[in-house]
Parts: sequence; structure tokens; C-alpha cells
Amino acid sequence: MAARGTTVIGHSVPRLESRDKVTGRAEYIHTMRIPGMLHAKVFRSAVSQGRIKSIDTADAAAVPGVFGVYTGEDILKVIPEPYYGPAFHDQPILALGKVHYVGEPVAVVLAEDPHVAEEAAQLIYADYEELPAVYDEIEAMTSEAIVHDELKPAGTFPDLKHLAGRKDTNIALDYHLRRGDTEAAFAGAARVFEHTFRTQQTMHTPLEPMVTLAEQREGRLVLHSSSQSPSFVRIEIARLLGWPENKVRVRVPFLGGGFGAKVYIKTEALAAALALLSNRPVKYAQTMEEQFYTISKHPSTFRIKSGVDGSGRLVARHCEVLWNGGAYADIGPRVTQKSGITAAGPYDIENVSIDSFALYTNRPPAGALRGFGIPQLVWAYESHTDLIARELGVDPLEYRRRNILKNGRPQAVGTTLVDTEIDGVLDELARRMNWTAPFGRGEGSIRPGRGIAVGFKASISPTTSIAIVNVNADGSVIVHCSTTDMGQGSDTVMAQIAAEVLSVAIDKVIVVHPDTDVTPYDMSTLGSRSTYHMGHAVKLAATEARDKLSEMAKELGLPEGSNVPVDELFRRKYGMQAGNVVGTGSFIPPYKPTDHETGQSPEATPYWMIGATGVELAVDTETGHIAIERLITVADLGTALNPEIVATQLSGAAVMQLGFTLTEEMVYDGGQVTNANLADYKIPGFFDMPGIMENAVVEAEQKSGPFGAKGVGESGTFGVSPAVANAVHDAVGIRIAEMPLTPEKVFRALRDAAGQALEEA
Amino acid sequence: MSTKRTIEFTLNGRAVSADVQSQWNMVEMLQGVFGLTGARESCGQGLCGCCTVLVDGEAVTGCLSLAAAADGKTVETIEHQEQGGQLSAEQQAFIETGGFQCGYCTPGMILMAKKLLDENPDPSDDDVRHYLSGNLCRCAAYPEIIRAVKRAGEIRRG
Repeated sequence: MAARGTTVIGHSVPRLESRDKVTGRAEYIHTMRIPGMLHAKVFRSAVSQGRIKSIDTADAAAVPGVFGVYTGEDILKVIPEPYYGPAFHDQPILALGKVHYVGEPVAVVLAEDPHVAEEAAQLIYADYEELPAVYDEIEAMTSEAIVHDELKPAGTFPDLKHLAGRKDTNIALDYHLRRGDTEAAFAGAARVFEHTFRTQQTMHTPLEPMVTLAEQREGRLVLHSSSQSPSFVRIEIARLLGWPENKVRVRVPFLGGGFGAKVYIKTEALAAALALLSNRPVKYAQTMEEQFYTISKHPSTFRIKSGVDGSGRLVARHCEVLWNGGAYADIGPRVTQKSGITAAGPYDIENVSIDSFALYTNRPPAGALRGFGIPQLVWAYESHTDLIARELGVDPLEYRRRNILKNGRPQAVGTTLVDTEIDGVLDELARRMNWTAPFGRGEGSIRPGRGIAVGFKASISPTTSIAIVNVNADGSVIVHCSTTDMGQGSDTVMAQIAAEVLSVAIDKVIVVHPDTDVTPYDMSTLGSRSTYHMGHAVKLAATEARDKLSEMAKELGLPEGSNVPVDELFRRKYGMQAGNVVGTGSFIPPYKPTDHETGQSPEATPYWMIGATGVELAVDTETGHIAIERLITVADLGTALNPEIVATQLSGAAVMQLGFTLTEEMVYDGGQVTNANLADYKIPGFFDMPGIMENAVVEAEQKSGPFGAKGVGESGTFGVSPAVANAVHDAVGIRIAEMPLTPEKVFRALRDAAGQALEEA
Repeated sequence: MSTKRTIEFTLNGRAVSADVQSQWNMVEMLQGVFGLTGARESCGQGLCGCCTVLVDGEAVTGCLSLAAAADGKTVETIEHQEQGGQLSAEQQAFIETGGFQCGYCTPGMILMAKKLLDENPDPSDDDVRHYLSGNLCRCAAYPEIIRAVKRAGEIRRG
């Protein structure tokens, strides 16, 4: 381990904010109040696609206590072009002219009392000319129903510019990868396997719902927000208003969970516009239900086809992935492309073609959810890999070992795999599962099975992080960075890095929470990027501060390597306890964009994250119920900087993905979500935990990473869903190709297999 | 639409009074009148336990309990667990075992842990699961929470 011999790095330092969290004092915007603030309650569309004929706000405005009622037309008074989004400027702050999904914000009521605002919002009436809608990603490829009249890519990403002005299409982005000669390889293959796998729409459900409190101060806008992307919010709000960045301040204390729900821009634009329109502080705090109408995880359809040679070796693979992005692009086009590059999986295949499509439909928007699309891909390619191994009569673990990509070999995108311990991950999984020993088959109606899956992820690239490290005259340290701590422990790890470089105790370091007035730019807290990117920036900043302290010692005539304490240095220089030393660090990894035609890049990612899952379960053949008896997560995350936090990241991610695998699904009646609440949308609770959970980290080092580290927040999700499906297949011989694996779905498949199909309900 | 009334009750060991609207729930009163933010609304349906408070010693969901119903009662919140700068056994144990990630559900978990240990000083894993099953943690720190509750029992037993 690279951490050996260090004092702080590699140790399970308790979270810095522990005391505030157990005493209830930790600050979250959802509980924030400021004098004079108004509450915003949103009136939402009841149709999937339609032209707005009229909006009647008179009854709502007449409710005593209502401050004001606003529609999209009112927003135009303060923001003439009120369309926002990280990839496309397609989302209006309130609907203008058209609505595109059930639940889209159409109007809003402001009142001092949230109950008054809520009652009034129910008295708004809208009349629509309904238009044909499309909900399914396959249908959206060719449907007559077109969600948006014209594509409007943002300028942020150069590789989306070619899409500007496209009409009569629901394809927001198409990404293509071509490596080798797939067609010829399929023609020459000994056997060809082809399957289709689908995933359902799910939601992040952070327990602190999305919220922004906006206020004007000294001619500026201050947004207190539950955001994973404070720097982006500042830039985007400034763009909407035509203001310089420094007239917008975004501050973020702790988040009550994020998981990707709170990336880029969500509740901020509406709150900002309302604060300007009302000239009062405005709090737009969503309910749990409203979150379901705001962001979700992409449903997907993945058609995967593989050719093998006579020895079973994978020689060709074609992937067609359709991502159901809902009515607004959010970050979906990046999911399509940045995850699309790994759709063929962590295997060494000479001939690969990938077509990945981001699609608009008339559903609530989809974005990034703990994996940026990777779990949908691994679900398909690892279910597929298992089916191939079964068909070929090869042990599924052995089959993976034979085909796995090794360090030094190019991945399909053309970037060489480096610093991974993918073999070590499989070995550790095999050891823990005692894979080669006989596995009991049980008897009667309870049938045991086991399964494995391995996935990987390229870091979203290129992205920038900047940090400031300030050493005070008493030797205490303040780290300024815009990484948001949403429970992943980033404050603690950043403090560990600064403490390590400056050789101070961890309790001498504090971390300033994101506040764009004082914390420098960071791309966003997403995609397991913070430890690597911000960790680098903090390390560089701390190193610069350390060098300045050495320089100071030299100026004071001290010999090199002298042991004079930092507070003594300042005292000697300034004659009293005064002054400070500031170091800055800026980090952006090397990157080369993917070629538009071939999708190839020699430097598509600075690092690769590996996550594998082993599952032992039992299927009740009388009910279709799956009991997860053992869930093993093994990851390569480079060097663990804080092993206990790493372990909880792995298990938390695995359990979340277990929810997506077994129970969670947004259910629809037409375009209306019918289970937008935690009573009917079932997230894992205490009783849904596996009997045994194991989290393991293989010894590894990311040589380019800070202290050998890369990312970990998502790795635990990768393999869960296919490992469960593979284990179900192992137990009872049925293959479920569409998530989630509900008891009903399993039971129906069992009856189908027995030739006693149940009638559709 | 609403009427206001004045209620008197004991909050975290002190006699208090509050002017509350008839439609306010307990969380709104605690946050709005007393500035106590440890009980938080999340699901709004009494299913997640983030809003847990103790009323006359019983755990209730603050998002579904009307504030006015606190009249004459004794209300205890997470803010009362730390006494004289000393964390409670449950709070210490949650830190020791890392029984939280984002921390949003933590006050509810800790109050339920306290209630459980009042009734059952040495609970099994299954006892903990049953007693805390009305509390959700989206970060899924469940294994650490079970360890925290058992560890708190040890601390309390001395």
C-alpha cells in the first residue's frame, strides 16, 4: 500500500462532521429559514404533451395570504431566454407554449405560509391541446410523436455542437464507436449470441428533497442550495441573467443525500427567478413526490450481440443502447457518450461496434444516478456473458478470466487499461465465494443459486478541480474547495490529504463548504471523481503552501529541514501571531476527445474503476420471492485513503443497486407516475438487507492518483443486478432480462418454463 | 383557512409556549418557532422516520403529528440528547461505528435507538431491525446502524 508510513492517509479517521450529524445540528437547506421568506408551491402539468391554451390563476391569486402567482410568461420579465440545462438548453423554468410530461412545472404560487401556497396551487386551471406522446425508448427512435421541435445543444460541450438545429427527431445524441471489423468477425465466428436486456425507470430518493432558497443581497443573488454542482449553478444562473459570475453566490452546506439527483441545475433557476420577481427571499423546497417529477434514472434497452471463436474466445461484439432520457436532456447525452464508450464491457475484444442513443420521450427527465449509466450497461453485458458461458458449458468465472481485459491492452475506446487489478478483483471474489467448491442445491421449493458479475467505469473526462489551502499563523489549516459532502465523506478525505502534505494532525484542518464567493471552481461532485480530481488539487495546493513555508524558513535564516514549528515561523516573520500562507492547486487530467466517426481516443479517461459482485440467494419457487443471503462487493479503487469510509461507500452503493434490482420501479398509467411516494415506491429498509454483506478492496495503486487513489462512490453498484439475475438462473434455470426482478416476474417466468404460463393480470 | 392557538408544553426539559397555526405539524413548529432542525421532513407520509420526536416518551412522526397536539405534553428531540457537552451513549456509539453517511436520517435513528435501549438494554440484531424498521436510510448505513445500537447498549450497561 502506498499509504504505509504515513500518519493520516490510509487511516479510518472519523468523519469531521460526526458530532454535528449525531446532534442534529448539521446544516441542510431543507430546514433553512430566513426572515421574510416566501414559500413556492408548483402547479404541474397533467398531460404528457400538449400546447398550453390557457392558464387560469385568478382563483389561486384570490386566496388570502397569497403573495403572487406566476407562469412562464412572468419568468420572461426577468429572464428573456429562460431555458437551461448542462447539455442542452431545452428546459424552461416554467412551461412556455408547450408541456412535455406529466409533472412538468407550469405555474407557481408564493405565500408566507406554505400551506396557503399549496392550497392555492390546487386552484390553478390549465387548458391544453393534447398532442401525441411517446414514452418508450424504442418507439421514440421512429415515432410520429416528436418531443421537441428542434434540438438546442448548450455550448458547454464541443462534441454536441453538431446537433444544433436538428428537427423531427427524438434522438438527442448518437454516439458511435467502431474498432476493428465487426462484420467480418461475426461472419467468421464459430458461434454468435444475441440478447436484449432492459432496465426500468427509478429515482434517487435522497431523503433531503431537492431545495433552493434564493435571496437578493446588495444587488446580487445568493442561492442556498442542495446542489452537487455549485460552480455550474453559478455559471448557469449568471448565463440566464446575463450577469457576471461574481454577482451570483451559491452556497451548499451538507446534502441529505444526492446520488446524482442534485447534479447540475434542478431547483435553482425557478427559485432565482422568483426571488427577482417577488423581491423577497424565496424557498422552493420539493416534496418527496416532486422529486419523481424532476429527475430519474434512465430506462434503457440494450441489444447486445457477440461472436466467439472455436475456443470460446470473444472476437466480436455489437452493442446498441437506447437511453430513455425523458422530456429534457439534463445530463443524459453525456451518459450516452461517456458511459457508452464502455458498453462492450471489461473484455479484450478485437472487433467492437457501439451505437448509443440518447432519446427524448414524454416522461420526467432522466440524468445521472450513481454510476452515470454504467449499471444499466453492466446489467446487460454481464447477463449476456453469463448466458454465453452457460451455452458454451464453461464455468462463468473461468469464462470471464479467459476474456478479461488486462493492463497494457487497449479497451474498445482505444485507451489502454492501466493500474487496474481486475484479475485480483475476480480472484478475491472467487476466494470469498469458495467458487471451486461444490455449492448446495437445496431441495423442495427453496432453491439456492449463486452468481457473479464484474463491471468497470471510465472517469468522466476531462474535468477540472481547483483548491485553496490556507495555513494560519498558529499552524491550523483551512481547505477551500467546492466538493459537496453528501455523505460520501469528501470533507474528511480532503482534510486527510492536506494534513498529510503539511504534516499536521487531522484536527488542525477544517474544510470550508462550497460557497462560490470563497471556494474555487470545481466541475461537480459526481462520477466518483472527487477523490482523484479534487484530491489532486488539494494536494497541489497543500504542497505549494508547504513550499512557501519552507521558503519562509529560509528567509528567516533557518537551515534546511529545521524543525521550527509553523506558529514560531509566523511569529519570527511578523513579530506576533499574524499572517498566513496560501497555496493553490489546479488539476485537469490529460484527455483527448473521441473521434466523431470511430469514437476512438488514446486518452479517454485518466483512470478505470473496477467493481465486482458475488451473490448467494434462494428463490422460493412457490412465490417467486428472492432472498439475498450473501452479497459480496469487491472493488479496485486504487489505494483506500480512509478504509472505513470506503467500505461504507461500497456497501451503501450495493444496497442501493439491490433496491433497483428487486423492488424499485416508477410505475406509469400513460404518462402519469402512479407511485411517486415512499409507500408505493419501495427503497431498501432494514429488512431488505442481505443476510451477510462483505465489502473487500483489493490492494492496488493508481500511480497517477493522489496517494495512489482513484474513485469509489459508484463501484459497488456495477455488478449487483446481473449477479442477482445470474444467481436466479443458477438456482431455477430461468433468465430474467428486464429489471426489476420482482416476485411476480420470477414466478411468471417459472410458470412459463413449466409450460403453465399465467394469464396477464 | 387557519386558526391560531397558544399551546403550552415541555420541550427538552423546559416549559415553553408557542402560538401555532391549526394546520402546522410538529416539524414546522419545532423548526419555525424554536429553531430546532434535527427533526426533518422527508417522505411526508410517516414512513421514513426522519421527523421522529418523542412525545410523552413515545416516538411519533413529526410530519404527521399536529403541532397543537403537543399542548400539555412533554416533547423531546435530538437536540436534548447531548447534555452539558456530553454526548449520549447512542450519539457516541453512532460516531464510533460510523452509523451514518449523509446524516439526514440520523436524529430519527438515534431517538429510536434510545427508545429501544430503554425497553431492551441488550437487543439482538433482529431486535434492532424490528424496532428501527420504520426508519429509512437511503445511504444504506444499516449494518453500521445495527452495530451502533448494540454498541450504545454496551456503553449504557457500562
